[in-house]
Amino acid sequence: MDIVLLSRLQFAITAAFHFIFVPLTLGLSVLVAYMESKYVATGDKDYLRMAKFWGVLFLINFALGVVTGITMEFQFGMNWAEYSRYVGDIFGSPLAIEATLAFFLESTFLGVWIFGWNRISPKLHALSIWLVALATNISALWILIANGWMQNPVGYVIRNGRAEMVDFWAVVTNPYAILKFFHTVMSGWVVAGFFILGVSAYHLLRKNETEFFKKSFKIGATFALISSILVAFIGHFHAHEVAHTQPTKIAAMESLWETTKDAPMYLLLIPDPKNEKNSVEAIGIPGLLSFLAGKKEIKGLKEFPPQDRPPVTLTFVSFRLMVGLGFLFILLSFLALVKFKEIEQSTTLLRILLWSIPLPYIAAQLGWIVAEVGRQPWIVYGLLRTSDAVSKAVEPIQVMASLIGFTIFYSALGIIDIYLLSKYAKKGPEPKEV
Amino acid sequence: MEFQIIWFVLWGLLWAVYFALDGFDLGAGILYPFISKSEIDKKAALHAIGPVWNGNEVWLITAGGATFAAFPTTYAYMFSYLYTPLLIILFALIFRGVAVELRGKSTSEGMKKFWDFWLFVGSFIPALLFGVAFGNIFKGLPFDDSGYYGTFFSLLNPYGLLVGLLFLFTFIVHGGLWVSLRVPEELANRALSTAKKFWILQAITAVLFLVFTALFTNLYDNFIKMPVWFIVPALAVVCLLLTGSYIMKNKNGSAFLFSFLFIIALIFSGVIGLYPNLIPSSIDPKYSLTIFNSSSSPYTLKVMTIVVIIFVPIVLLYQAWTYKTFMYKITEEELKEEGY
Repeated sequence: MDIVLLSRLQFAITAAFHFIFVPLTLGLSVLVAYMESKYVATGDKDYLRMAKFWGVLFLINFALGVVTGITMEFQFGMNWAEYSRYVGDIFGSPLAIEATLAFFLESTFLGVWIFGWNRISPKLHALSIWLVALATNISALWILIANGWMQNPVGYVIRNGRAEMVDFWAVVTNPYAILKFFHTVMSGWVVAGFFILGVSAYHLLRKNETEFFKKSFKIGATFALISSILVAFIGHFHAHEVAHTQPTKIAAMESLWETTKDAPMYLLLIPDPKNEKNSVEAIGIPGLLSFLAGKKEIKGLKEFPPQDRPPVTLTFVSFRLMVGLGFLFILLSFLALVKFKEIEQSTTLLRILLWSIPLPYIAAQLGWIVAEVGRQPWIVYGLLRTSDAVSKAVEPIQVMASLIGFTIFYSALGIIDIYLLSKYAKKGPEPKEV
Repeated sequence: MEFQIIWFVLWGLLWAVYFALDGFDLGAGILYPFISKSEIDKKAALHAIGPVWNGNEVWLITAGGATFAAFPTTYAYMFSYLYTPLLIILFALIFRGVAVELRGKSTSEGMKKFWDFWLFVGSFIPALLFGVAFGNIFKGLPFDDSGYYGTFFSLLNPYGLLVGLLFLFTFIVHGGLWVSLRVPEELANRALSTAKKFWILQAITAVLFLVFTALFTNLYDNFIKMPVWFIVPALAVVCLLLTGSYIMKNKNGSAFLFSFLFIIALIFSGVIGLYPNLIPSSIDPKYSLTIFNSSSSPYTLKVMTIVVIIFVPIVLLYQAWTYKTFMYKITEEELKEEGY
């Protein structure tokens, strides 16, 4: 197999695996911090038990997020040396800033939080988890500034045979990056909201610690509803930005082949990339696509040479599913909140919520597929092709070996993680002190 | 001063701080299965590094990130040339991180043994291989402008392995001293006596390192050109001797301090010898990756300098605060409660 494909596959697998843990960390850190602050403010011991119970699940998840994150930093140089050399003048900075501003804060204060229960004052202890939550979300900002630059390169010139930064402020305030940051972080908060809803539903169905889990349920439902509305709302403007800066991606997201004015959106659509058309187009809503993209005329894929187009079917299907799931999250969290008062009786809803735990994870993964597959064949949109970015000094056999290694090793970690999470989730909180 | 030189110093400093801090975590991870006689002992040893190991590891991530930001060409070639060893280090660090964090979440005896094994492996391999990697960088890697001619096994040459052993023994001593400072007395005594034994090995490899560096590398050239810099390796030697003399007197606090300073001085001795190279080419110096031919643009270096000047002191402050908070003797009662 060729080295570009192997390297892409490895990056996709390691990034997707890393992003199983990141979204939950983004949201759950905030929620645990909220619970602990509630305890500090009210003295209600239930909130302390809550912070500890959800905190353990947070820690198990966090451990895997951190270790799989190191892989990402290493891989840019290991597998994508030509990319790193060509764009390092710009791309390296946000990564280094992420480590300096966020990783130190996150890791240091997580240590303080785990070991500090009896060593520092309750206020300082609550502050330490807030710092973890803040740092985690700041870390998302910087990595998405880096990724945003790959999607919409700004603030650079081509000089000395590479891209060199000339405007740091433009890189940091890249609208693409900022929109993507909020969209991604909110999707992580949805994951956390549904995680709490699902685990609470499990215990409510078994009439276990009802009061405790009703309180948790309410926090989860409120959080899930607000963030799932926000993720859709920001997603709408993010799509405008994509339409504005990445014409091939938006066309692939909608499988639009011909340039169209007031483009309709077909609820039922099956792409046929071989023949450069859609084999099925039905139930069109006039003008909806143009509205969603924020553009009157949308360029079709045929405007671009085939070697400049992303894989259409994967981008399209991922986008559709993500959007569909996004609406489902609003509906489910709305129902959860409306039925909250007698939620113990709504066993069907509780069951649905329990089984919905994986859905926001899937939606987040699909979003990344849209973002990264939809950017192809470019590694930096319009500037550097993925095929020109791979390391020259690495042999295919090395990547094959590391790919197999990662697959086996990560599968084992995944199993251990799910086992431990479900063990501690099912176990429930520590009993009340008498 | 040129930004490249500032960043060269920072680059050295990040590595030095990383090894001086995470070095004792790695050492503790190697030692703890051997000096513990009970589950309580193991918990105590892990508790000793628990609050700080993760923050320490970030110095490595920052060293990597800084290499990327300041010297992208070096980052690109160093990481792709050293693909296999870095992959092994990466896997090892993942083992360690997962094992440290999840060991305490596992209840069965078998799972605990499983994590003990991986924590040991995950500490041993990076301790050795970081030394091997630096040894080979000191020596120079076989590359020219058309590519790299080495393999994983060519890195395991006698000089590379010697530096690997020096790092390994240094971290074992460093880890033993740290553990001895934090755990209950009986275990602390075992940790200290292990550090004593390994200090002798450390001293022997350090002497061999001084000799063989003259034979296998060009590191001494810069010192001969400007003898004033000899003060740095001389300080390293003094710190190493003081570490030993305090260990023998059972003064583990002072011994740890000098072990810490030894690591900083050791790394800076290497860095001074390398200047202006980041990775010398063993084929011909004209291919070497230097701080001048592999750096980012002056603009990027300026931006990054501002970021570092503002934020690294803040990091140092709060990390120092956590060390102050957790620099106490762990009690037996505490180990029965929470943490790992």
